[in-house]
Amino acid sequence: MEKIYTRPKSLKKAAFHYCPGCGHSIVHRIICEVIDELNLQERVIGIPPPGCSVFAYHYFDVDMAESAHGRGAAVATGIKRAYPEAIVFTYQGDGDLAAIGTAETIHAANRGERITAIFINNAVYGMTGGQMAPTTLLEQKTTTTPYGRDIKLEGYPIKISEMLALTKGAVYIERTAANSPANIRKTKKAIRKAFQTQIDDLGFSLVEILSPCPTNWRMTPIEAWQWIDKVMTKEYPLGIIKDITGKQDAD
Amino acid sequence: MAKVLMTGNAAIGEAAIRAGCQCYFGYPITPQNELTEYMATHLSRRKGCSFIQAESEIAAINMVYGASLTGARTMTSSSSPGISLKQEGISYLAACELPAVIVNMSRGGPGLGSISAAQSDYFQATRGGGHGDYRTIVLAPSSVQELADFTHHAFELADKYLIPVIILGDGMLGQMMEPVEFKYEAPEELPIRSRALRGAKGRPSKIIKTFTSKPAELEEINWSLFRRYQQIKKQETTCDTFMTEDARLIVVAFGIAARIAKGAIKTARSNGLKVGMLRPITLWPFPSEKVQELAKSVKQYLVFEMNMGQMVEDVQLALGGNGEVSFYGRPGGVIPTPSEVNKVISRLYYQKGLK
Repeated sequence: MEKIYTRPKSLKKAAFHYCPGCGHSIVHRIICEVIDELNLQERVIGIPPPGCSVFAYHYFDVDMAESAHGRGAAVATGIKRAYPEAIVFTYQGDGDLAAIGTAETIHAANRGERITAIFINNAVYGMTGGQMAPTTLLEQKTTTTPYGRDIKLEGYPIKISEMLALTKGAVYIERTAANSPANIRKTKKAIRKAFQTQIDDLGFSLVEILSPCPTNWRMTPIEAWQWIDKVMTKEYPLGIIKDITGKQDAD
Repeated sequence: MAKVLMTGNAAIGEAAIRAGCQCYFGYPITPQNELTEYMATHLSRRKGCSFIQAESEIAAINMVYGASLTGARTMTSSSSPGISLKQEGISYLAACELPAVIVNMSRGGPGLGSISAAQSDYFQATRGGGHGDYRTIVLAPSSVQELADFTHHAFELADKYLIPVIILGDGMLGQMMEPVEFKYEAPEELPIRSRALRGAKGRPSKIIKTFTSKPAELEEINWSLFRRYQQIKKQETTCDTFMTEDARLIVVAFGIAARIAKGAIKTARSNGLKVGMLRPITLWPFPSEKVQELAKSVKQYLVFEMNMGQMVEDVQLALGGNGEVSFYGRPGGVIPTPSEVNKVISRLYYQKGLK
C-alpha cells in the first residue's frame, strides 16, 4: 500500500502539549514539512518565544534557542549575522511580535535581515490566561477587557503585518489562517515561500497566521475555526500583503 | 608593537578586534560612543565580522545573545542607563551559559543622571544586575593600557567559564587619551565551542534554554552555575596593592578612583604618613582573602569611591569586624582631586591616632 502521509523527519516523536483545537501543533507540523521539503534540517536554527509555544523545541528536531519575550528578531539577527549559513526563523505570538517586540521586529525588517518570522495571531495572550493582545478585536472579551475591547480605552487592533510591509527591507509578507484544510495548505505554501525568500538572500520575510485559541476564546474548536472566518478575517484579511521577491531591482 | 596614543574607548575596540571579537552590537550613549564608532570603522568591514547599530540597548544585547549562540566572540557596550536596559539580556546570557563581553563606561546616576564619569553602577555590576540568581565576572581597569589588556582577558574568561564578563570603566577612562600597547594580534581563526548552535549537521539537534516546568531541574541549573562561580572565585580573583607593606591605613579604591587615590597616597607618604592602597581588579569576585590577609596587620580602612559607598559593604564583609571602615565618596559625576583625597586621608590618619 502506498504511504501518503507520514510524520515529517524534522518533527520529533513527541505528543503535543497544546490544547485541543489549538493552531500551534498544525503550524509546527507544516513548518517541519517545509524544512524537510527544502532539505533544511541541518541548517535551521529556530527561536521559540516565551508563551504556549516555548516548548516548541520539544517538537522541532532542529537546533533551537529560547528568546526573551519580544526579542526574537534581535536574537535571530545576531545568529544570522554571526553565522550566515544558518536558516533562521522566529516563532512569535501577537503579544511577543506586535507589543513587547515591536521595535525589534520593525527594525529587523527594515534592515532587511535575512530571517523568517512565523507570526501566530490568535488575538490573545494565550499562556498567561487570555489577556488582551495588541491584535484583540474591538468588543472582544478577554480577561483584561472583561467588558469588551473599547477603542476609547484600549485603542485599535494593530495591523503589524501591514506596518511591516512599509519597510523596504521586508520583501515577503503574507497573512493566512490555520482554520481549514484549504487555509492550512495555503499557510504551508506561504511558509515555504518565506523560507525560500531567506534561502535566496532577498530580505526579511514573515507569515502571519490567524490561529485558533479555543480555550481562551471560550469556544469549541469548531466554533473557533468558524470565528476566524466570520470575525477575524474581517479585521485581518487573508492574502499576500507584500511580495517583491521577483523584483529586487525595483529600488 | 610600539605604543600608540588612543582614547580608552577606541583602545577597547582595537583590543576586542585583536581578541577575535567577530560581532559588535551597540547603541549610542555618552560617554562610550567612540567605541561604537571605532567598531563601525574597523570591525564592520572585516571578513566574517558584523557590526550593527541596534535600535536599542535591549536589541543590542539580544543580538549579542544570538551571536554568542553560534559560538562567535561578541561584545556590546553602553553606559549606565543603557546597561540597565541590557540587564534582561545579561540574565539570559548567564542562564544559558553564553560568553559575552559587556562594557559599561559608567556615568552619574540615578535616572538619566549626568554624562560625567562616576562609579555608581558597582552594585548593579557585582550583584548580578538582572533578574535571577547569577553572577558576572566584573573587571575594573584604571588606565587605557588596562582597558586594552582587560578587554583581551575578558574574552578569554568569558569563553573559559561560559559567562558574561563586564568591564566596568567610567566616562573619564573611556574618553581620556594615553599611550597604549596592544600585545596580541587578531587570531586567524578561533576554535568553535562545542555547544555552539550551527545547525544539526552530523549530530543530533540541540536546544539552548533555561525554561522548565520542573523547579528541581532549574534548581540543578542554579547549583551548577554556582559551582562554577566558586571555581571563578578560587582561580580568578585579582587585585593590586600599593605600598601596603608598612601601612597603618589602607585606602580601598577601584578603577579611576584608584588612580586619584594613588596620587593622594604619594603626597601622604611624602608627609610621612604610612598609607597604602588595595585596588580590587575583579570587583566580582571581590578580593576578600587579600583584605583578610591585610587585616592581620592593618586595622584602619578608607574606602574611596565616586559613588555613595557601594563597595563599603564588600570591604566590611571581608573584614568581618576585624578592622574599621571609613568612607569618602563623590557621587553624581563630580571628579575629586588627589589633594582633596589627601586631606581626607590625613584627617582620618590623625583622628584615628595613627601618628
